[in-house]
Amino acid sequence: MVRKPKGKVLSLCFVITCTIFLSSTSAWASESIGVTELVKPVIDSGDTAWVLVSAALVMLMTPGLAFFYGGLVRRKNMLSVLMQCLMILCIVSLQWVLLGYSLSFGPDKGSIIGGLEWLGLKGVGMEPNVDYASTIPHQMFMMFQMMFAVITPALIIGAFAERMRFSSFCVFTLLWATIVYDPVAHWIWGVGGFLKSAGALDFAGGAVVHINAGITSLAAALVLGKRQDYPESVSPPHNLPFAVLGAGLLWFGWFGFNAGSALKSGALAGSAFTATHIAGAVAGATWSLLDWLKYKKPTTLGMITGAIAGLAAVTPASGFVTPTGAIWIGIGAGILTWLAVTCLKTRFNYDDTLDAFGVHGIGGIWGVIATGIWATKAVNPDGADGLLHGNPMQLWIQVKMVLIVVAFSFIISYVLLKFVDVVMKLRVSEHEERVGLDLTQHREGAYTLIS
Amino acid sequence: MKYIIGIIQPDRLDDVLKRLTEKEIHLVTVSSVIGRGRQQGVAEVYRSHKEPGNLLKKIKLEIAVNDEYVELAVDAITGGARSGNIGDGKIFTLDLEECIRIRTGEKGKLAIG
Repeated sequence: MVRKPKGKVLSLCFVITCTIFLSSTSAWASESIGVTELVKPVIDSGDTAWVLVSAALVMLMTPGLAFFYGGLVRRKNMLSVLMQCLMILCIVSLQWVLLGYSLSFGPDKGSIIGGLEWLGLKGVGMEPNVDYASTIPHQMFMMFQMMFAVITPALIIGAFAERMRFSSFCVFTLLWATIVYDPVAHWIWGVGGFLKSAGALDFAGGAVVHINAGITSLAAALVLGKRQDYPESVSPPHNLPFAVLGAGLLWFGWFGFNAGSALKSGALAGSAFTATHIAGAVAGATWSLLDWLKYKKPTTLGMITGAIAGLAAVTPASGFVTPTGAIWIGIGAGILTWLAVTCLKTRFNYDDTLDAFGVHGIGGIWGVIATGIWATKAVNPDGADGLLHGNPMQLWIQVKMVLIVVAFSFIISYVLLKFVDVVMKLRVSEHEERVGLDLTQHREGAYTLIS
Repeated sequence: MKYIIGIIQPDRLDDVLKRLTEKEIHLVTVSSVIGRGRQQGVAEVYRSHKEPGNLLKKIKLEIAVNDEYVELAVDAITGGARSGNIGDGKIFTLDLEECIRIRTGEKGKLAIG
């Protein structure tokens, strides 16, 4: 294994790495990022440890989301939601290794997609990849990113919960991961991606993850239609404590999601950690306050929903904003998602069952735009200044990114859902929906009456 | 022998059980049930979506007693469960044909105690 150089070894290493740097220039021509890392493209034990832990934290978010969503559905559909989340963990992980990682982060093709050079992780070994993270094993970067590719389609489950056929769900998820997630990830995070080249800021996936999944959720709610008894008599959440447990796990995992996106241990990770927590906390309190004012009582579900919305909103901003910026992002997230869930959904009467669009779509859009407002180079010299720091152009770039991802994600997802519907039917039968998906899709029940 | 069914507010259970014990009535089966009466339910709010909540949580007590204990049991239940508000619940008394203690096979009056 490569060991951390010290003293004289360091200077020797410097010379060697400078040579490497000069001989492999392409990706670095226009960027100042990482010159300091480049002087020692060796594996750093601290950075690697943090990213390893972060990847595990982000992995835990998918089972966390399963409980968050599972607690909110009716008891007859509890297992179906857990199963959908965990099946994504299984099949998208494989898709990522075989194909997804190469499409997202592989050598750029025309600024829109990664090439097939890294198919099946060919060449993705322990040697750090200087384009993405120069101090951790390339494979570790791939694993960290895999967890994002996994949780993103899992968020969409919230829109079609309680009525989608499991087989159609599996097919849709794999197609969506390949045709929608991978290109968008490449545009924004892949070297050569056109939004990355345009200077769009998305630290940990406000657009790639939350807008992408949130907008697809809206498409899914529209294509699948409402549940039979919506909105007249849809029962309340069957187990709110599970939802709170899930929200807690999500919040916990989000530290890996955002602070891990620094891809190294240090000041940037610390500042992202701070911003993440603050925005989540403030948004949870904001939502509670709004509930209190409108309905006379602050609700548990409202509080955790607000916190998740704040965490989603701060995701793109976490590596670029100060704690003060995070407070404003949290307040904005609380208000906007509360309005989306309260007014928008009622007004337009679509059945976004667990508010995946309202929380992640709206929260994500707000977060990406807010990044263009509050971003500052004082936090991250590799980022950019936003509107409040004298650079209105950044706001425009962020808005453009929102529009492009919203349009792409909605149109392609809509077509994809229609396609799967025509080929194999998206919805379960009326009878199956009444009986519940646990029994009809999995031949199991979440709870027994006795024992 | 009578079979007494009491439907009461959940928060009154402890009070009712205490009074039953005071009257030396120990045999009781308790279940958590939902139902509705004339009163309006408490609407619950989930992410601003109001659930009308027309089925309310109640406690159902089932007590088998010999005739001389009927009055005492009914008093204990009403005493413990009455708040004076709509929704306090109801008591039904039914004639009980037979009672058999599984352990000994004893029947009737003897078996109830």
